[in-house]
Amino acid sequence: MTALAQSLPVARPRKRMTPARWGLYAFILITALYFLLPLYVMIVTSLKPMAEIRQGNLLALPMSPSVDAWIKAWTSACTGLTCEGIRVGFFNSLRILVPSVVISIAVGSLTGYALSLWRVRGANILFGAMMIVAFIPYQVFIYPLVRVFSFAGLGQSLVTIVTIHTIFGLPTMTLLFRNYFTSLPVELFKAARIDGAGFYQIYARIMMPMATPMIVVAVILQTTGIWNDFILGLVFAGRDNLPMTVQLNNIVNSTQGERAYNVDMAATLLTALLPLVIYFGSGRWFVRGIAAGAVKG
Amino acid sequence: MERSNVDITNLQIGFGGLKVLENLDLHVDASEFLVLLGPSGCGKSTLLNAIAGLIEVKGGQIQIGDRDVTWAEPKDRGIAMVFQSYALYPRMSVRKNLSFGLKVARTPQDEIDSRVGEAAKMLRLTELLDRRPSELSGGQRQRVAIGRALVRHAGVYLFDEPLSNLDAQLRAELRVEIKRLHARLGATMIYVTHDQIEALTLADRIAVMQGGVIQQLDTPKKIYREPVNRFVASFVGSPAMNFLRGRIVRDGGPAFIAADVRFDLNGYAFRSLLSDAPAVLGIRPEHIEITGSDHPSAVTARVELVEPMGADALIWCRLTDGTAFSFRSDADIQARAGDTLALRFPAEAFSLFDDQSGQRL
Amino acid sequence: MRLSLTSRLSVISALLPALMVMLVVYIGATSWTAWMSLTNSRMLPNNNFVGLRQYQLLFTNDRWITSVHNIVIYGVLFVSLALLIGFLLAVAIDQRVRAEDTIRSIYLYPYSMSFVVTGLVWQWLLNPTLGIQYVLRSWGFAGASFDWIVRPETAIYCLVIAGVWQASGLVMAIMLAGLRGIDDEIWKAARVDGLPKWRVYVSIIIPMMGASFATAAVLLSTAVVRLYDLAVSMTNGGPGIASEVPAKFVMDHLFERANIGLATAAATTMLITVIAVVAPYLYWRARKGELR
Repeated sequence: MTALAQSLPVARPRKRMTPARWGLYAFILITALYFLLPLYVMIVTSLKPMAEIRQGNLLALPMSPSVDAWIKAWTSACTGLTCEGIRVGFFNSLRILVPSVVISIAVGSLTGYALSLWRVRGANILFGAMMIVAFIPYQVFIYPLVRVFSFAGLGQSLVTIVTIHTIFGLPTMTLLFRNYFTSLPVELFKAARIDGAGFYQIYARIMMPMATPMIVVAVILQTTGIWNDFILGLVFAGRDNLPMTVQLNNIVNSTQGERAYNVDMAATLLTALLPLVIYFGSGRWFVRGIAAGAVKG
Repeated sequence: MERSNVDITNLQIGFGGLKVLENLDLHVDASEFLVLLGPSGCGKSTLLNAIAGLIEVKGGQIQIGDRDVTWAEPKDRGIAMVFQSYALYPRMSVRKNLSFGLKVARTPQDEIDSRVGEAAKMLRLTELLDRRPSELSGGQRQRVAIGRALVRHAGVYLFDEPLSNLDAQLRAELRVEIKRLHARLGATMIYVTHDQIEALTLADRIAVMQGGVIQQLDTPKKIYREPVNRFVASFVGSPAMNFLRGRIVRDGGPAFIAADVRFDLNGYAFRSLLSDAPAVLGIRPEHIEITGSDHPSAVTARVELVEPMGADALIWCRLTDGTAFSFRSDADIQARAGDTLALRFPAEAFSLFDDQSGQRL
Repeated sequence: MRLSLTSRLSVISALLPALMVMLVVYIGATSWTAWMSLTNSRMLPNNNFVGLRQYQLLFTNDRWITSVHNIVIYGVLFVSLALLIGFLLAVAIDQRVRAEDTIRSIYLYPYSMSFVVTGLVWQWLLNPTLGIQYVLRSWGFAGASFDWIVRPETAIYCLVIAGVWQASGLVMAIMLAGLRGIDDEIWKAARVDGLPKWRVYVSIIIPMMGASFATAAVLLSTAVVRLYDLAVSMTNGGPGIASEVPAKFVMDHLFERANIGLATAAATTMLITVIAVVAPYLYWRARKGELR
């Protein structure tokens, strides 16, 4: 047995914060500031009176903050011909959002369910085809769709835009639910069939109740995607139903004379509010949505 | 090649408030093959990772080859390691996997080539040098992992459950290869496993661990024959040791009474003072013998079940009070369920444990 | 399991919407668009076949050529910068930093916002008189100029800046998932081998992350061709036509400029481009067994 070492003062490890670690935190700080900068500027600008904006520094805090711009943006900003504020767009977006989310998830989950567990000839081909077409830009379909809807007497309307969102949400929703259902143990499904349950019964009573996590992810994805949509709302919603994003663009980009930057930024923040709330409130669910193969339009 | 000893003194390892290892001492001789054996969570992997320098210690000292390496980086400790999941670099060829560490350390190219060639020959990898890990079988991958450790010409080789991911047959093959390697190189090897067969076949000495404490540090033979407590006795040996609960009496003895049966204790090497107390008698299946019913210390038992095991058979019996035990016999034995047998329990083969503490008596 | 008749009918009924969408929208509409690109439709569709004339007109059209030129610049810069920055952000977070959740939220929140919002706020930030240029000057950099957004040669780069700002978080999320999927023991083996950290990333980790890079690259690339909302809100194609993009070209000619033939020719060109990029990727993934 070798003699145990004398208790020499043992060299402690170097402190955790090496220069490399400082550099890392510096990098993170700088990039975080870069990402936060626009949000900060939006908020700060919306709280400044125009006098301050004209003279002042973009980055400076408001010296005499006021919510006037917000009130103006909400109630009296001009979105084209009318000057009723962006609240019109807000409620339009809401009216578009709710049915679109519900129906697109219902149809998508049913389709994903049918393609995952029931071995039908051509299921894989259909699924594969859906995955391919999800990449195609809307411009390829837009004009024929406009013609079809006007031919059907629906023209530009709430029904139209909800249908459009369902159509274009189908590939993503189907992918989401199909992948989820195939990841569940197949014994569950077999046991249900042996018990005599039919196609729709299994869907409604067994599969969907188990799919709560995916439903949450789907709601987040669809809500964010549909609320943030611009092009589809522009083309299909009709003048009475224009979503908030379209109205926002009108407020900001079609003003004559001097622009009321504070009102613009207030309106922008109001439009971004719902998705931001969902984002910050949903924690890991948002990231799960991305991981589940989100293909943002 | 350097062959280092390893000295660990008073080691403390913990995470947050949780203490994993406390006041652990361990000495490994140069060229020794030491196995750290124990169930999951006993601290054996933690200890190995600490020796490697992959985990920080809270206190104590680690010496490799008489150098204090307690705070040294893994690459400065003169160690090499083989992992359970092989941890091969997936996008590099076998040759690259073997040589990459050396290249980064700026070893001269001809030295690299010679070491890689030597390791490849020793582990029969020469034909596989240009393949990628994904093109290799499990056994081949593990040999590459061993090769990557060998080229480092380390003083100590550390193995973290390297055979656990392989099927039984491959495990047996690689076990032999590792033993051959050790015989050939004479390198110091510290090997972690939960498989007691690996421990018994490979080790010069085994450290049986449980709950962060080394229960027994001995040669395989001693651990098998003289387990120091109930845990070690039950963990090592397959089929498992039989345990009978009862009392020790000194009157007319010494003897052990269980289930109205009197087991003579003459010939048992006591370690502690003899006293009347509840105890547990341990005896391995292969030490129980069939004897004539006229033998003075014959014990009667009823056969419950016969398990044929190829070369021999495992007979499950019950004593009169229902206590169950097994013993090993020839495959040709004629016993059947319901038969009565006379058996001899030799005291020299006993392991007596205190009923409360589990320590060997 | 063999399906009974009722089951079979149920499945088909459930798949009907998807089938109809595939046929009517994806196949039907695409075919009609392609057909119209071979006609001389102006404000309303007609069936006067003119062969590839619209395509000839298209590729001698200044606005279209500028759009294509722009989208290529945008595409290359946007994808490479977003991949690079997203990867670096993921590596930074992977170093077990404090407040990881908060930092990740900060990097990713731009992705939750609409392109319109992004475009408008960056339009404001890049405002030559009151935006960043003004800030730089007020900090003492007297001659500083950052009026890219009103100069024809540099307007497109402003779109890149805004786009990268929005999408880097997405790339980071994808890369982080990839990084976290790497076996811990590989890191241990690299440490025992004495490899410095940067070397591990360059020689071992990055080659292992091929799938993550591919996924991120494909998602980014499809966003490139679809670029519309951002261009409209930020610069509306301006100044002049300096930041025109193909998607906007199509939309403008379909609705405002009433030239359906030209617009559908442009749309069909976009379609072919997308398929040329996506099909090999999907084929590669299908072969690897990921797309079943």
